[in-house]
Amino acid sequence: MAEGKRDIVEVLKAIDRRIIFLLIALAVILPLAFHLVFSVHSSPIVEAIFDKVESLPPGSKVLISFDYGPSTVPENQPMAEAVARHVLHKDLKLYMMAVWATGPPQTEVLIRNVIQTDFQDKVYGVDWINLGYKAGNQGLINAILLDLKGMYTTDINGTGIGEFEMMRDVDNLTDMSLIICIGSGFPGVREWVQFAGDPGDIPVAGGVTAVEAPLLYPYYPRQLLGLMGGLQGAAEYEAALVSKYPQFEASSEQAIQLMGPQTVAHLVIIAFVVVGNIAFFAERRRERRRKA
Amino acid sequence: MAQTLELWIAALLTFMIFSFLYKDNPFYKFAEHLFVGVSAAYWMVIGIWSTLMPNLVARLWPSSVSGFINMPEDAQPEYHFIIPAIFGILMLTRLVERISWLSRWAMAFVIGFAAGTNFTRYLQSDFVGQIYNSMYPIIVKADGGFALGATISSIVLIVGVICALIYFFFSKEHTGAFGAASRLGIWFLMVTFGAAFGYTVMARISLLTGRIQFLGSWLASIF
Repeated sequence: MAEGKRDIVEVLKAIDRRIIFLLIALAVILPLAFHLVFSVHSSPIVEAIFDKVESLPPGSKVLISFDYGPSTVPENQPMAEAVARHVLHKDLKLYMMAVWATGPPQTEVLIRNVIQTDFQDKVYGVDWINLGYKAGNQGLINAILLDLKGMYTTDINGTGIGEFEMMRDVDNLTDMSLIICIGSGFPGVREWVQFAGDPGDIPVAGGVTAVEAPLLYPYYPRQLLGLMGGLQGAAEYEAALVSKYPQFEASSEQAIQLMGPQTVAHLVIIAFVVVGNIAFFAERRRERRRKA
Repeated sequence: MAQTLELWIAALLTFMIFSFLYKDNPFYKFAEHLFVGVSAAYWMVIGIWSTLMPNLVARLWPSSVSGFINMPEDAQPEYHFIIPAIFGILMLTRLVERISWLSRWAMAFVIGFAAGTNFTRYLQSDFVGQIYNSMYPIIVKADGGFALGATISSIVLIVGVICALIYFFFSKEHTGAFGAASRLGIWFLMVTFGAAFGYTVMARISLLTGRIQFLGSWLASIF
């Protein structure tokens, strides 16, 4: 019996890491292949953003900053698209910009997936505008807090900024009713809080990768209106949106669908943590017995 | 055709990177080096066309770049931009050892500007703001009654902040009540690290899911 136990401990200790990789891969592939979807409910920290967008009167100005790149698209793009969809549906004015050079291509994806698909009636320059990327990191945020048109003399296509109806009554960031930074690092949500939200007393909300989310919780709720943390945050926003506006069920459930593989993979990891701990304690017990 | 080729290259590069999970191999090395090279070139081009051209060349000599970058048609030369141009050139003197000391002027300007700009913002948001964020009523009342959940949350927050700060206070020996608070601070820190690790796992699985979804669309394009 003791020999048998020892064998199991030895086997557990010597599990090849490639077996773990394979199981994690299967935990992701199988739920994707079989469209395994779990129900998602929004938490207060995500609901705060949804409720803020919901409460803004039509015509209010909402700025979304695309501060991420292709490497974090699976986490950031669903949240950007869900928020943009909500903003346009509420007839708010959508201003898009990027503090990251890799942001504009993601903006293009959003325009294709959201505006050109669900909001073809929305007019460029009247309902939404793409200001593009400017270099300067937090210096740029600092500058546009005081003078937005001084930095953005044209939109992303090179058209003079004064030619757009929705830019006529915008001088600086304080004209925005809400700033939402979708980010994945520096500069990102923290810089928007530091250089726009706090000094300008402008509501700032964020959507970030899961890695960054714990670093931003200390700013909530007094400095940061709300936070979407990783794929879960995106799924929660989608759940709130679909719950209120079921017409977006087909188009706005990207993150919710990806939460299936996420949940199964987490279960596999938890199982490995438990197995690893069992092996550790069994090994320690065996060592003690041997010494005794 | 171009899109199909793009899809195939991306899929093959994904497999090359994933092959490292089995063991290190030449395909992985090739994909890794390709990524580093392409990234370096990408950021150099971005630096030239999004910083140097619009922020310097277009300001000093607008007509020279009017066809290449987005700028107002009636832009006039702004000659005071010669000052940052000189500072930029001074930065390059690091390449010549005899006059490399000149680059310190430009560095001093950059550091001085960054420190001055960031100092007040960090002080306001990360120092004063965070102290303010830690000040919550211990007994929370809502709708005229006692809010148990919010009260517990407040107590956990206040105790957590104080105990974690005590753990990092090294001017007094961590013994007695002070030591107990310090040990409790470690527990709070461990829970924080655990939460951060959990979030990191979620992030990595999300990225893996995204890649596998991409490979799925690649397979769908074949069959």
